[in-house]
Amino acid sequence: MPPNRPVYLNLFRLHLPVTGWVSILHRLSGALLFLLLPLMVWGFALTLSSEAGFARVVAWGSTLAAKLLVLALVWAFAQHFFAGLRHLALDSHWGVSLKSARRSSLVVLLAAGGVVLLAAWGLFG
Amino acid sequence: MKSVTGAHSGTGMWLLQRGTAVVMALTVPWLAWRFATAVPLDYATWRALFAPLWMRLVMLLFTVAIGLHAWVGMRDILMDYVRPLGLRLALYLIVIVTLAACVTTMAAALWGVQ
Repeated sequence: MPPNRPVYLNLFRLHLPVTGWVSILHRLSGALLFLLLPLMVWGFALTLSSEAGFARVVAWGSTLAAKLLVLALVWAFAQHFFAGLRHLALDSHWGVSLKSARRSSLVVLLAAGGVVLLAAWGLFG
Repeated sequence: MKSVTGAHSGTGMWLLQRGTAVVMALTVPWLAWRFATAVPLDYATWRALFAPLWMRLVMLLFTVAIGLHAWVGMRDILMDYVRPLGLRLALYLIVIVTLAACVTTMAAALWGVQ
């Protein structure tokens, strides 16, 4: 049996290096994408099914709830996508030194943040 | 008997995950561009986007890629956090059925079945 390690989810006491943050956010965003996938597919199917279905989705899309959901989806995809590109780069042995790994992690976080800001501007601006 | 949750599946899964990732990394920007250039959209223009057979095939294969990629990812997550074997296998099944449903719903939507 593994030793009893302290477990706490107190966000103020969590300390992960930036590379660790990108790692867990990659996993979290992936899980979120999986959870949202059925809804996205169903919505897409609805837009194709009929004029009424299309109108219904478009109408719902202008609500605040929909815009926040889209923003969450954009974050999840952007975070997962950029962290994924970083993973592929690391697979090719690019950027594996600690300094590069930290730098690329920061780039991933900033890129995802940038995309989210752009989306927010597009949705609410 | 060889265990179904035993060793030697890792490399195959890794390759599947990376392969589908590359396919999606190329497809998503292209799809985003196609959708963005089709705006403003009404029902007719939206449907017209998916009229060509090749476009429907791209969308379907894209959904299959998502399904395979998501399967590997969710399998990793469940393997890490769900220790009891019975529970983990049941969750695997739920994930697989969900992803299969997404792919078939996509096919049905693209080929016009109500």
